[in-house]
Amino acid sequence: MSMTPTPAHWLDLFTHFASLSLLAVGGAITTAPDMHRYLVGQQGWLSDAQFTSSIALSQAAPGPNVLFVALLGWNVGLNAGGGAAGGWPAWGLALLGVLVTLVAIMLPSSVLTYTATRWAHRNRERRDVRAFKTGMAPIVIALLVATGWLLSAVHNQPARDWPLWLLTACATVLVWRTRIHLLWLIGAGALLGAFGWV
Amino acid sequence: MPAPPQRPAEPTAAPATRLDLFLSFSWLALQGFGGVLAVVQRELVEKKRWMTREQFVEDWAVAQIMPGPNVVNLSLMIGGRYFGLSGALAALAGMLAAPLVIVLLLAALYGSVANAPAAQGALRGMGAVAAGLITATGIKLIAALDKNAMGMAVCIALAVATFVAIALLRWPLVWVLLGLGGSACTWAYHVLGHAEAARS
Repeated sequence: MSMTPTPAHWLDLFTHFASLSLLAVGGAITTAPDMHRYLVGQQGWLSDAQFTSSIALSQAAPGPNVLFVALLGWNVGLNAGGGAAGGWPAWGLALLGVLVTLVAIMLPSSVLTYTATRWAHRNRERRDVRAFKTGMAPIVIALLVATGWLLSAVHNQPARDWPLWLLTACATVLVWRTRIHLLWLIGAGALLGAFGWV
Repeated sequence: MPAPPQRPAEPTAAPATRLDLFLSFSWLALQGFGGVLAVVQRELVEKKRWMTREQFVEDWAVAQIMPGPNVVNLSLMIGGRYFGLSGALAALAGMLAAPLVIVLLLAALYGSVANAPAAQGALRGMGAVAAGLITATGIKLIAALDKNAMGMAVCIALAVATFVAIALLRWPLVWVLLGLGGSACTWAYHVLGHAEAARS
């Protein structure tokens, strides 16, 4: 279950992720199902468990969640080098995997976004540019609230999950009404969870 | 008749250098457990005052609709506004560099703690707080709709429809953005045209 680290395979990996870049409307995570199909199903470069743990680890770490893509690349490279037992050559390939997947997922969309938003900024007085921003504002605000809702709805057993919901509600009110530092809240959530209280 | 559109108030501060951009984005990325957006709003709008609430909503709308990772798009836009391409790259590097190192260290160490109940519990707790942060960010930004040319009633109706479609009906994001977003932009175009005609 690993790729042969030939230039052709790296190129294939790069072009696949680069093509997903332009399809990732709503965030890179929306393309995760296709990455799974490609890496685990079609190519067999990653195991199912490695795919799932890559996503879970990136959620636990600070920073943008696009970093799950870097972890996928890391594991593809590591597998190609014979796993953690492969020593330095394997770590080197893992870093190459990070570079290839992360650049591929970001480059096309970033070039497009940068060019388009510079244009829109120069033309910010045009009626169509203003209409876009005016019209989209209520939609994206609702999307934020909906995201919070969906994250909570994963836990769907009231008898077991009510402490989690209460914690989410408290965090919402505190962030909304006070200027408490966000790291205190995250830390409190981690402690409550570690002690098994939520 | 909706109120005429007002230009949002100007922000009161700006990053001094590209290094300032890089360090500011590193600092906010490192606070972003379970999503960076709530931190961007808190740090750049409320603390540093680099952008107004209205500008933040406008930028976030664009970052969301463009393909690619949202927060990456947002970094490019904010950085690019101050120092052009080099500013965009400084902000992007700040957003990614330190978190990338951390996540790779975590991956290298993974296995020793992954199955401990305390570690899994901590993840659950942090996830619940992160859901609250993102919800509160949305609630706080509702105030930014005050200055929206479509008027508050239309904005609330659009927001409720979006919430129902995404959170309750679980429709795909692309269709919601095209359908509701497209209608909203068309209506806004119409309203802004009236406002311009009324002023001239």
